[in-house]
Amino acid sequence: MSEKREEKPERKKEFRTTVGGTVVKQVYTPTDVITCREEDIPLPGEYPYTRHIMPTGYRTRLWTMRQYAGFATVEETNKRYQYLYEQGQTGFSVAFHLPTQEGYDSDHPLSQGEVGRCGVAIDSLEDMERLWEGIPLASVSTSMTINSTAAIVLAMYVAAAEKQGATADQLRGTVQNDILKEYIARNTYIFAPAPSMRLVTDLCAYCAQSLPQWNSISISGYHMREAGATAAQEAGFTLANGIAYVQAMLDKGMEVDSFAPRFSFFFAAYTNVLEEVAKFRALRRMWAKIMQERFSAQNPRSLMLRYHVQTDGFTLTEQQPLNNIVRVTLQALAAVLGSCQSLHTNSFDEALALPSEQAVQVALRTQQIIAHESGVADTVDPLGGSYYLEWLTSQIEDRATRYIAEIDKIGGALKAIEKGYIQKEIAQSAYNYQRAVDSGEQVIVGVNKFAANEESATKLLEISAEAEQKQIERLKKLKQERDNQRVSQVLNKVRDVARSDENIMPVLIEAVKAYATIGEISNALRDVFGEYREPSVL
Amino acid sequence: MPNKNVRVLIAKPGLDGHDRGVKVLARGLRDTGMEVIYLGLRLTPEQIAEVAIQEDVDVVGLSCLSGAHMTLFPKTMNLIREKGRKNILFIGGGIIPKKDVAKLKKMGMSQTFGPGTPIEEIANFIKEKLAEGNCDTKD
Repeated sequence: MSEKREEKPERKKEFRTTVGGTVVKQVYTPTDVITCREEDIPLPGEYPYTRHIMPTGYRTRLWTMRQYAGFATVEETNKRYQYLYEQGQTGFSVAFHLPTQEGYDSDHPLSQGEVGRCGVAIDSLEDMERLWEGIPLASVSTSMTINSTAAIVLAMYVAAAEKQGATADQLRGTVQNDILKEYIARNTYIFAPAPSMRLVTDLCAYCAQSLPQWNSISISGYHMREAGATAAQEAGFTLANGIAYVQAMLDKGMEVDSFAPRFSFFFAAYTNVLEEVAKFRALRRMWAKIMQERFSAQNPRSLMLRYHVQTDGFTLTEQQPLNNIVRVTLQALAAVLGSCQSLHTNSFDEALALPSEQAVQVALRTQQIIAHESGVADTVDPLGGSYYLEWLTSQIEDRATRYIAEIDKIGGALKAIEKGYIQKEIAQSAYNYQRAVDSGEQVIVGVNKFAANEESATKLLEISAEAEQKQIERLKKLKQERDNQRVSQVLNKVRDVARSDENIMPVLIEAVKAYATIGEISNALRDVFGEYREPSVL
Repeated sequence: MPNKNVRVLIAKPGLDGHDRGVKVLARGLRDTGMEVIYLGLRLTPEQIAEVAIQEDVDVVGLSCLSGAHMTLFPKTMNLIREKGRKNILFIGGGIIPKKDVAKLKKMGMSQTFGPGTPIEEIANFIKEKLAEGNCDTKD
C-alpha cells in the first residue's frame, strides 16, 4: 500500500507547516508516536498539562471572549465597551494610544498625530475614571496592553476602581508588563533593560501582595510572531523570557509559588491549524516542566501555562478583505482546539484601518459560532491522540527547547537580547517568509494567487482629527485645576523611590491620585533611569 | 541609473513600533543593489529630514502603522523640501486607507505600499520613477 502511494507524483517537492516550519510527512502512523512518552500526554488537568490545564476544559467554562479595543477619547472608547458588553463580551481589553504606552502626554511634540489613533488617550487618572464610567470594575475582568508604563497605568486603574468603591482584592485582570519582548519586537520601551526589569518585578511583587486576582504579567510571544518568528521560535523565545522573569523575581527574594500562579502568557494563532494546536500543547508541557525542574515550584498553579490568544494580524490581507473572515475563523479554531483561556479575534478590515463596528461584530460572532455551533468545545483536547498532532507537538517542543538551550548558553534572555541574537533570528525568519511569498512558494490567496482587480467597498472607521485637540484641551484644564504643589512634591517622591530599592507601586498610586500625568511621572523616572535607544538590527 | 547608485533612506516617524515591513524592505532593496540607510524608529520629521539632506538620498521611504501618517508624512516631506532638496522620490508604507492615499499623492508622495506588496514591485517602482526623473508629485 505505502509503496504504491509514494509512486504517485505529489504537488510539491516538500511539504512544510509554514515557511521555516516543520517538514510534514505523507502520512503518520503509530510508529511516529512510539517515542512519545505516555506520561507526557496524561489526562487533561494532569502534569505536564499537555492537553488542558483543567480536567473538564471548556465543558465547565468557555474561554473568555476578549476583544482588544480602544480609540480616540475615553468617551468614544467607553461607548464601544458598553456596546461590546451588551453583545455578550465577557472581558475587556484596553488598547492605549502610543503616547500613553511610551510615556508622553498628549500635548508632547512626539504625540502629534498619534493621539487616539491606535488606542485610547489616557493622560491622567481623570481619563481612567471616565473610561470606566458605568462599568463596575469590581465585577469585570480587564486586560491592559501596557508595558514600559504598566506600573503607572495599573496605579491609575487601582485608583479609579477605589473611587468606584471597589477593593483591591476584587480586581480581576491582566497587565501585559512584558518589557523583554518590547526590545525584541514591539518597540514601546522607554528605559534600559535593567531599570525596566526593576519596574516589571516591582509590579509583580505588588500584585502578589495586594491584587490576588490580578495577572501581573502576560509574557508575550504574539509580537515576536508578528515580527516574523516561526511557531517554534515563538514558543522558545517566549518561554526563555518567562524564565528570565521568574529568575528576576527569585533574585528579588520572592518565593516562586508566591508569584508564579499569577504569571500568564499571550500567543498568536496562525492559519496552519494543526501546527498551532501542536504549539499550544507543546508550550503547556514545556512550561510545566521548566517550572518544576528548573525552579522547583510546588503549587500546581505555578506550573500551569494560562494564556490569551490573538489571531494573527500579519496574515490579514488588504486585498479581498472578506477573505480575512475565513482566515480568522481557522486561527480562532486553532486557538480553541489548543485549549486557550481567552481569545481575541481580529476584524476583517484591520489591514485597511482600525476595525469598524460591523467588522468587530463579525469577529466576536466567529468566536460564538465556534463556541456554540461547531461542537469543538464539547470534549477536552479533541485532537489529542492523533498521530500527526502528537508527533508535531513533540517536534515543536524539541525545536523550541533547542532555542532555550541556545539562549541559556548566551547567558539568558536579557543577554541574548542585548547581543541581538533573538532579533536577528526573527529578522531572518521574516525575510525568508517574504522571499517565499515573493517567489510564490508560500501562497497567499488573493495576493500572490487568485488575485482579483476589484476595489474593496468596505466602510472603514475614521478617527476624527478633533479627538487630539479635545484631549489636549482637557489636559490643559486638568493642569490648571489640580493642586500643582502637591504634584511636584509627589513627583520628587517618585524620583526618590526610583533611586532607592523600595517598591515603586505605592508612590505611583499616590502620584496618580494627585493627578500627575503619565508624561510627568514618566519624566520623573527618566530623570533617574535615563532613556534607552536600541541599535536597529536588520 | 543602475541600482548601486540609488540611495534610499527608510525611516519610521512617530511612535509606531511595527518595523517588520521596513526591515524586510530595507534588506530586500539592499539585495537588489541599492544603497539603503535604515534610520530606525521613533523619529521626528525633523530628524528624518536632516539625514535625508546630509546623506543626499534619492528616495525617502516612510512607514507608519499607527494611523498618524496624515500628520507625519506631509510634515517630513515639507521639511525636506524646505531644507532645499527638490525632486526626492517619496514613498510610504503602512495601514493607509485609500482616501488618504489620494491626499498623500497630492502632497507629493508618489505611492504607498500596503501589507503584502512584493519587494520587487517596490524596487521596480523606484527604478522607473527615478528613470522618469519627475519624482515629487506635489501639485
